[in-house]
Amino acid sequence: MSRYRLQGKGRVDHSAPVSFTFDGKTYQGLRGDTVASALLANGVHLMGRSFKYHRPRGAVSAGSEEPNALIGTSRGAGRFEPNTRATVQELRAGLVTESQNKWPSLSFDVGAINDRAYMLFSAGFYYKTFMWPKSFWDKIYEPVIRGAAGLGKSPTEPDPDRYASRYLHTDVLIVGAGPAGIAAALAAAQSGADVTLVDENAEMGGSLLSDPAVLIDGKPAWDWVDAQLGRLRAAGVRLMTRTTAIGYYHQNMLGLCQRLTDHLDSPPKGAPRERMWRVRAGQVVLAQGALEKPLVFDGNDRPGVMLAGAAQTFLHKYGVKVGDNPAVITSHDSAYHAAFDLADNGARVAAIIDTRESPRPDLLDGARKRGIEVLPSHTVTTTRGRLRVKSVRAAPVRGTQVGTGRDIACDCLLMSGGWTPSLHLFSHTKGTLAWDGQTFLPDRKTEDCEIAGAGRGLWGYADVLADGAAAGLRALEGLGRAGHQASFTVANDRPGSGVSHTELPTDGNAGKARAFIDFQNDVTAKDIRLAVREGMRSIEHVKRYTTNGMATDQGKMSNINGLMIAADALGKEPPQVGLTTFRPPYTPTSFGAFCGYLRGETFQLTRKTPIDPWAEANGAVFEPVAQWRRAWYFPKAGEDMHAAVLRECKATRASLGIFDASTLGKIEVAGPDAVEFMNRMYTNPWTKLQPGRCRYGLLLGEDGFIRDDGVIGRLSPDLFHVTTTTGGAARVLTMMEDYLQTEWPELDVWLTSTTEQWATVALNGPNALAMLKPLVEGVDWDDFPHMSCAECTVAGLPARLFRLSFTGEVGFEVNVPARHGLALWTALIEAGKAYDICPYGTETMHVLRAEKGYIIVGQDTDGTVTPGDAGLDWAIGKAKKDFVGKRSLSRPDIVAKGRKQLVGLLTEDGSLLQEGAQIVLDPNQPKPMKMVGHVTSSYQSTMGHPIAMAVIEGGFDRMGETVFIPMPDGVRKAKITSTVFYDPQNERLKA
Amino acid sequence: MLLIHCPYCEDSLPELEFTYAGEAHIARPADPSALSDEEWRDFLFIRTNARGPHYERWRHIGCGRFFNAIRDTVSDRFLTTYKAGEPRRPLTNEAAE
Repeated sequence: MSRYRLQGKGRVDHSAPVSFTFDGKTYQGLRGDTVASALLANGVHLMGRSFKYHRPRGAVSAGSEEPNALIGTSRGAGRFEPNTRATVQELRAGLVTESQNKWPSLSFDVGAINDRAYMLFSAGFYYKTFMWPKSFWDKIYEPVIRGAAGLGKSPTEPDPDRYASRYLHTDVLIVGAGPAGIAAALAAAQSGADVTLVDENAEMGGSLLSDPAVLIDGKPAWDWVDAQLGRLRAAGVRLMTRTTAIGYYHQNMLGLCQRLTDHLDSPPKGAPRERMWRVRAGQVVLAQGALEKPLVFDGNDRPGVMLAGAAQTFLHKYGVKVGDNPAVITSHDSAYHAAFDLADNGARVAAIIDTRESPRPDLLDGARKRGIEVLPSHTVTTTRGRLRVKSVRAAPVRGTQVGTGRDIACDCLLMSGGWTPSLHLFSHTKGTLAWDGQTFLPDRKTEDCEIAGAGRGLWGYADVLADGAAAGLRALEGLGRAGHQASFTVANDRPGSGVSHTELPTDGNAGKARAFIDFQNDVTAKDIRLAVREGMRSIEHVKRYTTNGMATDQGKMSNINGLMIAADALGKEPPQVGLTTFRPPYTPTSFGAFCGYLRGETFQLTRKTPIDPWAEANGAVFEPVAQWRRAWYFPKAGEDMHAAVLRECKATRASLGIFDASTLGKIEVAGPDAVEFMNRMYTNPWTKLQPGRCRYGLLLGEDGFIRDDGVIGRLSPDLFHVTTTTGGAARVLTMMEDYLQTEWPELDVWLTSTTEQWATVALNGPNALAMLKPLVEGVDWDDFPHMSCAECTVAGLPARLFRLSFTGEVGFEVNVPARHGLALWTALIEAGKAYDICPYGTETMHVLRAEKGYIIVGQDTDGTVTPGDAGLDWAIGKAKKDFVGKRSLSRPDIVAKGRKQLVGLLTEDGSLLQEGAQIVLDPNQPKPMKMVGHVTSSYQSTMGHPIAMAVIEGGFDRMGETVFIPMPDGVRKAKITSTVFYDPQNERLKA
Repeated sequence: MLLIHCPYCEDSLPELEFTYAGEAHIARPADPSALSDEEWRDFLFIRTNARGPHYERWRHIGCGRFFNAIRDTVSDRFLTTYKAGEPRRPLTNEAAE
């Protein structure tokens, strides 16, 4: 065992060694270690290289705020995770870890050249350094910078782990199980309320785990924690460890991410790795404690320089001495206790350097007793040591004058710049903050929450425990319950206070100081001052220009230091400058936890028609359409898409095609006022439409633009069978409901979605009638022309039969109850064999409709197209006094000249245009060219040449003119034509 | 995630069950053809865009009903909800409860 591990100390299991690897080398740790504590126990401080300068770095903290010690962890194929915080990852047998941002090795890294060139990489370097020449950006700068910067490697394989999610309703949710949180839970649990206590760490107890000498009600801290957790368990309180409250949302909804298996040697097969909880709490108590701030001085980032509180945690929780010979630099009393505890455990503390003039007498006494030199009114001007700190230079400060410094040898440097209340979750609620002279504290609340303990700036266990109990009681009272106020007696308490600083004063060139604020993003004090000098005034601009606080640690350590320096540079008080916004998640959270069960097949609902199994069995290629899976085309052996679609098109035009149209939106409009409702909703006149007939219906928005279309059948005087586009079904029903409920509640009409109740099969082709006729009963064929509908039976199945066409051929749509859909389809396929029936998919449907100039709403229209623009004026009931959108058809913009109008395009060279391609009138005009429209539909057709539709300004008046479509490989010429390319006289429909 | 009170279901339910449906109390004119272009423009496009309490319409997907609400656009809190067709609720303390 290494000499840095203290026998019998800490909460680790000294009888349970665990081996793991770091950069290929095997190390021994103990059960209960984190990767960081295990490496430190082996004397390893160097754990990674920094983001920008590739400077050597070690763990600076002992918790989830860690910015430096980011490692890659691997648990086999697909289970590589970058940027795992070594201070959080618990040790387990066989864990494989590696350092990041280094090549070829962690101790010798070529990328560290960036550190020598640091003048180039100052704030805003992205914007300034690489301006010229422009072409260098894409080819040189960007790839090189992207290669050198970045944090870790992305995993390359899909994550094979499972992630779970749950909802929870609880009366009181307490975040943080330190002394304040435990006291709050005890108070809240006393009257039978449902209480949940969560903590991000593996063990509850918070700071008490790092302060074992404190006595509460006569018990040593750890015994007290155990006893209270036992009481809470007995009272039915839900205790959740390894559970991070990642975000605080409206109305006391919190997201919790619970880590379930990453700490286990061999996780149970199939067990979820993490579970996301969505918690709705009656009352919330935030007892998240405070985060220690670094001090800002040259070389404050060397491995071995760490927060004093972290050293104390490594000592007591893990039994690890972070060094034999620590020095301390502090502006807060708490660091003295870290120094004392290390000294009491065999470390030789080189000196305590205190920035303050008069350290507290009892602390000076404590130092004297242990033989530790204290240097009040001192600063640190620099540190030395390449891969580990070797010495620190301390210098006296008189007023603003820095005196002669001296180097103090040390093997680690513990720093404390005071403590920042952890306000992240509170800030998620838009709670306001107030400046107390040293830091920000929570002020006005927007949610039913309490903030307790160090999280609102209190220090010392007696105060924190009393505050936690009071907060828990207030939460209970907020629920309308009562309880009594508990009190605690604390001995060996460690109260304290401190001051906040900007950069520490130095006698060196401040412009050359490598004094880091944001360790993760390599932001220095100099960068902040430069940003202010270059005109950044808002803290939000300073943040973005320097990237301070923008890394995955979200500025947990850096925000207040950055603010202090920005305020100083701006000559303002910190509260006038203000704090940037904390955003969820509190700590980095895996994508898997957010996805939960919603991945792969369950990511999004896939709707399948009743005929889908036949399509699958018959080799259909599918495409997704508005959550539906639709057969796209049915390739035969050796056919590509183009060949298959052309064959399907020709077969349909020559004889008979069959198409699954079940996804069509269907709405039943029923009731005595149904016809009045239809007259008001749709542009067309409906009053004179006889039962048994159907009509193309056009739906506008109130703004006059096309929203949807479809063929609508009147089955009886009070019943309309409305069809909508596949993607528009829900939207159209909502729009209809809106008018019916809120504008015309007097109309006696019922609207029912029947999309999924009917399976719809379309038959098209010159032989459609001959093939269908023998299968139908209940239709008078002498009175069933194009645009008719009837209730009848088809192949013995109850059906609604429509005679209509979306292809230009004689066509029918047979609707049967969905459960009969497959039976209908197979019966039609069987009967159609005599006519070489050809199943076709959506692509052929598109080609056939485009040849006839039938539009697809949403493809040939885009929300700015009126009926007039689309050539659909014939669908407007001009005699109707009103319908939705009618008034807008006479708006000045709608009647103006030069609107984009839907026309056909034929390319001169017979090439296929690209949908979305822009159209110009003169290809030789100077850039930027005036674009007059774009291609909306483009297909290979059955006529031996491609066809296209486009919207073009004033298109109807440009028939026969040539327009130009500039493409990367040259300019295409195309002639403007009618949109009807095939059978313009509709001869085939009459057959 | 917000909890929204559906005045038809008489229950507070998760935001996911609801969709926003624009500003409330903008009735479709009985005879649009009688409106000038400017009046019709205002009906179509001009909205309050309030900072603070805002009268708006929501739809509860669960029951399919449209209803009215007063929501504070700064705090995102619903001050009250009430059925479609009911008159505009005043901004009283009661509504703010």
